[in-house]
Amino acid sequence: MDVILTEYSFKDKMVELFHETVQKNFNNDNPYLKQLRKEAIQEFEKVGFPSNKQEKWRNTNLSKPLKLEYVHHFEPFEQITDVGQLFMCEVHELESHLFAQLNGWFVHQNGGINHLPGGVIVGSLASAFVQFPEIIEKYYGKFAPYQNNGLVALNTAFAQDGLFVYVPDNVVVDKPVQIINLINLTENLFIQPRNLIILGRNSKLQLLYCDHSLLHKHSLINSVTEVFIDENAEFENYKLQNKDNDSTLITNVWITQKSNSNMLTNVLTLNPGTIRNNINILLDGRNCNAELYGLYLLDKEQHVDNNVLVDHAKPDNYSNQLFKGILDDHATGVFNGLVMVRKDAQKTNAFQKNQNILLTDKATIDSNPQLEIYADDVKCSHGSTVGQLDNEAMFYMRSRGISEEVARMALMNAFASAIIDKIRIEPLRNRINEMVSKRLRGELSICDQCILNCRDERKISFDIDLSGIR
Amino acid sequence: MSNDQQNILDEVTSQEYKYGFYTDLEMDIFPKGLNEDTIRALSAKKNEPPFMLEFRLNAYRKWLTMKEPDWAHLKYPSIDYQDIIYYAAPKKKPELESLDQVDPELIETFNKLGISLDEQKRLTGVAVDAVIDSVSVKTTFQETLAKHGIIFCSFSEAVQNHPDLVEKYMATVVPPDDNYFAALNSAVFSDGSFCFIPKGVRCPLELSTYFRINAANTGQFERTLIIAEEGSYVSYLEGCTAPARSENQLHAAIVEIIAMKDAEVKYSTVQNWYPGNKNGEGGVYNFVTKRGICKGNNSKISWTQVETGSAITWKYPSVILQGDNSIGEFYSVAVTNNHQQADTGTKMIHIGKNTRSTIISKGISAGKSNNSYRGLVKVIKRAVNARNFTQCDSLLLGDKCGAHTFPYIHNENSSSIIEHEATTSKISEDQLFYCKQRGIDTENAIALIVNGYAKEVLKHLPMEFAVEAQKLLAVSLEGSVG
Repeated sequence: MDVILTEYSFKDKMVELFHETVQKNFNNDNPYLKQLRKEAIQEFEKVGFPSNKQEKWRNTNLSKPLKLEYVHHFEPFEQITDVGQLFMCEVHELESHLFAQLNGWFVHQNGGINHLPGGVIVGSLASAFVQFPEIIEKYYGKFAPYQNNGLVALNTAFAQDGLFVYVPDNVVVDKPVQIINLINLTENLFIQPRNLIILGRNSKLQLLYCDHSLLHKHSLINSVTEVFIDENAEFENYKLQNKDNDSTLITNVWITQKSNSNMLTNVLTLNPGTIRNNINILLDGRNCNAELYGLYLLDKEQHVDNNVLVDHAKPDNYSNQLFKGILDDHATGVFNGLVMVRKDAQKTNAFQKNQNILLTDKATIDSNPQLEIYADDVKCSHGSTVGQLDNEAMFYMRSRGISEEVARMALMNAFASAIIDKIRIEPLRNRINEMVSKRLRGELSICDQCILNCRDERKISFDIDLSGIR
Repeated sequence: MSNDQQNILDEVTSQEYKYGFYTDLEMDIFPKGLNEDTIRALSAKKNEPPFMLEFRLNAYRKWLTMKEPDWAHLKYPSIDYQDIIYYAAPKKKPELESLDQVDPELIETFNKLGISLDEQKRLTGVAVDAVIDSVSVKTTFQETLAKHGIIFCSFSEAVQNHPDLVEKYMATVVPPDDNYFAALNSAVFSDGSFCFIPKGVRCPLELSTYFRINAANTGQFERTLIIAEEGSYVSYLEGCTAPARSENQLHAAIVEIIAMKDAEVKYSTVQNWYPGNKNGEGGVYNFVTKRGICKGNNSKISWTQVETGSAITWKYPSVILQGDNSIGEFYSVAVTNNHQQADTGTKMIHIGKNTRSTIISKGISAGKSNNSYRGLVKVIKRAVNARNFTQCDSLLLGDKCGAHTFPYIHNENSSSIIEHEATTSKISEDQLFYCKQRGIDTENAIALIVNGYAKEVLKHLPMEFAVEAQKLLAVSLEGSVG
């Protein structure tokens, strides 16, 4: 069933929509899910959408995207048979387990659940709801608290599909798992993907998540991702956000780490419309390692808001945040980072850095690196800089006959490389490097790394014949 | 370590809040509560011109529509604004010709505080305006200052004698509806200091205001206005204490500084309000709005503060850098112990071209206290070549306290350079070991290390204040080792 969401009160409409459709759409849920949805919608009704009056949302205004009309789909779109062929990524040398989501729905192969070597399960969350109720009940909804969080509550109430990954104990997933999240529809779309990723003990997973839009329509995405990393496991999460200017993307990521686990997340925002990344890390064990990186390259009216919380709940943990941005034209960037060191979380090492370059006087940056510390035996530091390209470095290159443009590029590339170098998958790193260079030259369009090479005049939907694809 | 420093440490490590005594003065007190009649009575009592009453009533009406801010990292029971006495003054003769006429009890009070009101007995030239509860009792060295054309008097006197200046400048930096506490202060402020430095004059003395809350259940609401005309210079000191009482007392002040072209104002505070006892009972709630504006080109405002007192501190001395090439500075040491809570920092608003600001903030938390730095650096579009450097460090003594940093950076200009860095750590074991190995006990070693840590800020204080501040640091941290 498709429902048109009109602007006047998005919140009331969503609550109404839930009650109207709960019987029809969510009737097959098991009791645990049913209860969860019920509680979540009640919470959403109480809390609503975040407004600019809230401290954490001062700089990202949702009122504009919430005024538009959207369509909400309760059933999957027509399926495509050969995902691997269709979504061949341009990162040619990258060997990956490739999956796709279309308009928020997992593109099914093999009945929605894929078994990779070692008992690894990758598939659709909708299928997992049915096939693995015991895993769902143990993990789903346990890490992303919807209390006082309207967006998570709304997602929890409506969530139907998304990515489900289960890596059993002692399994190292041989190749990166790659998810392409495509938006392709001729109408304004509101979608709420929900992802659940579970890493067992001593396991390892590299996940590459790409957000793309194919058509220039307004879309509003409110995604929630829950990640559980058990003892001694290792998780790498690369996120590539290459959207069009009319899209609003809100990602809510909740990662819980147990003792001796390692986590790396790298968010590369190359072309956002409006993006808000909420990244929440809970270090719920000892000797955990959490590394968070982010790069945002913005121009025009683009807006990125990275909101990071690293919660040191237990002693002996290490966390490092490094977010860098280059802002051109009227772009606005926000970094809101909070390191929380709980009482008795002694021997904590936490670092936090945000660096920005403004290229015009019309771009704006808000940087709020924050520390909240309740333990004494800690080493915490944060830093934030806003500036320009280094004049001396510029002079050095100019005096050696390098043109201003080339020198500028070199310096900007160097600035960005601090983040790109943290990518541990080599082909991906090389590709991103290229893309960033292209982006900095202003040559990268959103379609660039997509094999479909669609243009406005040649719109593609997925039931077309595939002969036109290289 | 020099002998002097040892003496200071010896002297202070054996004492608690020594200003906690109460003086029995004959007081003139309003009944508790706040309404328009209270304000009218207050204004009438002070024989104010009509514009003042109008100003107060407007502020009061604004205040009624405002909400007490709750964004600060502070926890305190809600304040009953009707349970406060809004005016309390020592009874005195209408005109004070000489010191002999001041109530001897009062002189005794200030002597105890180490503030001599007797000009002859002063060694160094510091002119003092002493404010007790709601009114200013004595301003020293007025004649000397008058020779230079400097006006330094209580706010009430300024309202009587220089109403034009007061009307022109008052509330131009902190408008009455700026925030909840500023509105409250604008409605009920009873006195404070007023200072006017004429064009081209370099003030020969340090000007000083000494605030003391004495009466019980009283709120202190004072207002300070400093105007530095073109090319002038003044260094201004402010100190404050209160008796130790088991109930909380409210202090909501406003300080406004206006620096014209080429003028420089240096404002130093040693805030030593009663911080409450070891169990967190009593103490002063300190909600202060301090703001300066560098109106003219090449002007400079510098805030230096040592915060050791108050149960609750909510204070953000700020500078609006409006003139081109103007400079704003903020140096702060904030110490919290026991159950104290401080949420303090600064705002630097860059508007003019080539403006520069420096923020050095050192927080020290001990006991069960919470100490937050909260600051804003804002660079607007036309503030070409703005430059800011911020460093805010926190030192944690003990595992039950909290140290927090909430910096806000907002930049709209591509030519600005903003740097912020902050660290949080505890006293290094190595440093402690080094001291102890040389026979310095832990408590003294900590005092020594803390003083070294705070030195960067303390060196910006005038000499006498620096000594007092060093003593205070040690006292405040007493008993925090454990």
